[in-house]
Amino acid sequence: MPIFFYIPWIHVSGCNMKAKSAWVAIWFLAGLHLLVLFAGFFAPYSYDTQDRYQPFAPPARIHFIDANGKFHWRPFIYRSVSDIENSTEYKEEQSTMFPLRFVTHGDRYSLLGLTDSSIHLFGVDEPARIYLFGADGFGRDQLSRTLYGGRVSLFAGLLAALLSATTGLELGGIAGLYGKAVDEVIMRLAEIFIAVPWFYLLLAIRAFLRLQIEPVTAFMLVVGVIGLVGWGRPARLVRGVVLSARERNFVLAARGFGASNTYVLRRHILPSALGVVFTQIALLVPLFILAEVVLSFLGLGIGEPVPSWGNMLSYAQQHLLLTSRWWMLLPGLVLVPVFLAYHQLLDSLHLRLQ
Amino acid sequence: MRALRKICLALIAAIMPVMLAAQDYMRSTAEVGQRGGHLSIALAAEPKTLNPVTALDQNSRAVIWRMAADLVHINRSTLKTEPALAKTWTASADGRQFTLKLRHGIHFSDGVAFDANDVIFTCKVYLDEKVHAPQRDLLMISGKPVSVEKLDDFTVRFTFPAAYAAGDRFFDSIAMLPQHLLQKDYEAGTLQQAWTLSTPPEKMAGLGPFRVKKVVPGASITLERNPYYWKTDAKGQQLPYLDELTFIAVPTQDAQVIRFQAGDTQVLNTLSGENFAALAKDQQAHGYKLSDLGPGLEYNIVFFNLNNDTQGRLPEINRKQKWFSDLRFRRAVSSAVDRAGIVRLVYRGRGAPLATHVTPGNKYWINNAIAVPQHSVSQARQYLKDAEFTWKPDGTLQDAGGQAVEFSILVSSSNPQRVEMATLVQDDLKQLGMKVNVLAMSSGAVIDRVLNTHDFEAALMGFGGSDADPNPEMGLLTSTGQVHVWHAGENKSTTAWQAEIDQLMEKQLVTLSYAARKKQYDRVQEIIARQLPFIPLASPHLLVAAKEDLGNFRPAILEHYTLWNVEELFWRTPAKNK
Repeated sequence: MPIFFYIPWIHVSGCNMKAKSAWVAIWFLAGLHLLVLFAGFFAPYSYDTQDRYQPFAPPARIHFIDANGKFHWRPFIYRSVSDIENSTEYKEEQSTMFPLRFVTHGDRYSLLGLTDSSIHLFGVDEPARIYLFGADGFGRDQLSRTLYGGRVSLFAGLLAALLSATTGLELGGIAGLYGKAVDEVIMRLAEIFIAVPWFYLLLAIRAFLRLQIEPVTAFMLVVGVIGLVGWGRPARLVRGVVLSARERNFVLAARGFGASNTYVLRRHILPSALGVVFTQIALLVPLFILAEVVLSFLGLGIGEPVPSWGNMLSYAQQHLLLTSRWWMLLPGLVLVPVFLAYHQLLDSLHLRLQ
Repeated sequence: MRALRKICLALIAAIMPVMLAAQDYMRSTAEVGQRGGHLSIALAAEPKTLNPVTALDQNSRAVIWRMAADLVHINRSTLKTEPALAKTWTASADGRQFTLKLRHGIHFSDGVAFDANDVIFTCKVYLDEKVHAPQRDLLMISGKPVSVEKLDDFTVRFTFPAAYAAGDRFFDSIAMLPQHLLQKDYEAGTLQQAWTLSTPPEKMAGLGPFRVKKVVPGASITLERNPYYWKTDAKGQQLPYLDELTFIAVPTQDAQVIRFQAGDTQVLNTLSGENFAALAKDQQAHGYKLSDLGPGLEYNIVFFNLNNDTQGRLPEINRKQKWFSDLRFRRAVSSAVDRAGIVRLVYRGRGAPLATHVTPGNKYWINNAIAVPQHSVSQARQYLKDAEFTWKPDGTLQDAGGQAVEFSILVSSSNPQRVEMATLVQDDLKQLGMKVNVLAMSSGAVIDRVLNTHDFEAALMGFGGSDADPNPEMGLLTSTGQVHVWHAGENKSTTAWQAEIDQLMEKQLVTLSYAARKKQYDRVQEIIARQLPFIPLASPHLLVAAKEDLGNFRPAILEHYTLWNVEELFWRTPAKNK
């Protein structure tokens, strides 16, 4: 998220509520991205650690007062057990308390691909498992999977939006600046890309790829396709800005002094289009996050056991989950504040530009 | 006027028993019910056709078999054959000839009489290569067609090219066709296009308990009682009891459960363990009747690609086949798979772990001496060590050449239970240091890769459900079988054990004694358990549900699980189920 820290139009002033809420949105998004980036530390378990005796275990209840009414300073949980074999209805086994351990050792994970670690923010001793947001059908921790899944979903949206906006900025700039045949070709191409249903394009590309692709390749594929197909709209907007900017006096003056097209584009025109591009990015990120979620929901994105919010939500197709296992909807619920934050940001940018 | 009506009624009452006697009706032994009412059931999709000659999909067959009948029928409850359109039959001593006596006075649902000419016509149509009927395979024995001759209007003789073990079972599921309605289409070569969903109901007829009344495209098909049906109840009342039967297209099982709970349908033909548990909670309050029939005949297996790619089209797969063809590798995989975990997580305990492809539900043919493999990671590691596999410091398994063991499992995305199963297998094999990728794709793509292009490394598929007899398994088990999935292009056995399976399966096909056949099939199961051409996983229990008010509801482990005796189903309070 560092890109938003350089946005020059957002100033905090005591009376500017819009700007304030934009900063709230920025901090929220930055915090969330940090959480998912360091998911290994914040999540109590690895995304694929199963407990086959605890499918669909409900969210753990954190206690300070034990079954005998005694208060404990250190929070603790009771282990969830099912008294009927194969049942997914659980009760707390109150004979043993499992205190929460902070900065504790657990599953090994890779920290940003630089080093391995096994330190987690919190956890409990075996054989208990702490499911703050319940478990899925394989007894995997939903919180851990949501954090790991956010890496895919949030960053796929962000990277695809950046790719789209950068391509749109360049091609829209060129079309606006050079005009005539170049403009015609680029704009007709943009229209084709706007008209192409990206879903079918992805299906076609997937058919050409090897049977077995790594999650990283699948991620890049999703980012690439969504990003490259989405450049049409930003390009059209940028072209409009460039068309109006190139007739301005300071551009004409620069040309009069013998400035080259590249110089004019880089020095004068593109900076004036940056506002539009940032607005477009704020608009496209949630759209592209949703696109990734839809693709993975349909099984075309990241495959099991690597989580993404989309493939996690695919389990929510089962009506029982909707009626009795609300925690399976967590990835969908997380999307709401993310989208609201992006919307807020977009709103502020839009106002600022006006 | 009133006197005249009385005379007419008296006459009808007097003539009826004579007519019934002349009509050679079959008497049901089920509980006597009462007429009236309407029953709705969900189908996963709209049937593609109402033509028995072209129907391939399960949904079409579910509807067609409520309107059609066969000569000899396998009772889905007892799994034994019983008379249907043929009243009696006799087999020759060598098991090659079957003489069938047809019932007299039977009529198609349009009122036209049924006789031996319809049987001859039916067999001619199914055997005609140009028609491409799926039933053609059923009428072929050892690659040669069965011949049929008419001895008189109500007697036909079937001659098999070789002795056929399950002789009387042979006639099940071959729907008799009305010559008077289909002859023209057959001669014109348009039989494939006949009896679609847009065909007017009066132009279709069958010998089943119902006939088409109304088709609402994309939504439902309503059948009405066949007034000429040839079965009566124990009191002589003509069956079926129900006035109407409606099939509603409801695409997912979850949606089917919701429609059932809402009262839109009254029977659920299949249920997942998850939905079964949810419905069981309030079954009494809502008046449901849930049945767990135990393991059915469906079995799920994982198999590796053992095809010979002589042209070297798939070098990556060829390289991995060195592992797959090593029995110790397959045994390691089998030992590492937690079958109990699959049953617990995928079927919520309503399933059975498998030792071979024969499920515990198939009591006549299962070899009980074969135990389900123990889940043992240490044993699996030992098998791999014996096969000269080693482990890198990070725990990754590598072969003798230092190549990391990584492969993908194809699975049909339309079956969430199989996808879950593949995910569990993936996690189990991770304990051995294998990297397994689960590739969920459409079932059509999976079948194409497995049977046609052979572009797969491993696959997880489900089979079974049609019959308990070993004969339908010929397609999977023999090297020339059409669904010999692990080596689809084998054609001729390439290993000694496959040759023995081929030989035993061919032998049991023509052995008439059950004891001798059982011994041969037991041996086939032993070979499979030892050589593991596929890794058997688990079989789901058959779980069904119906409204409590539905009489004679006796679900069975053969398809159609709930409507196989639809003619006997009745509402105890028909007024409530109009």
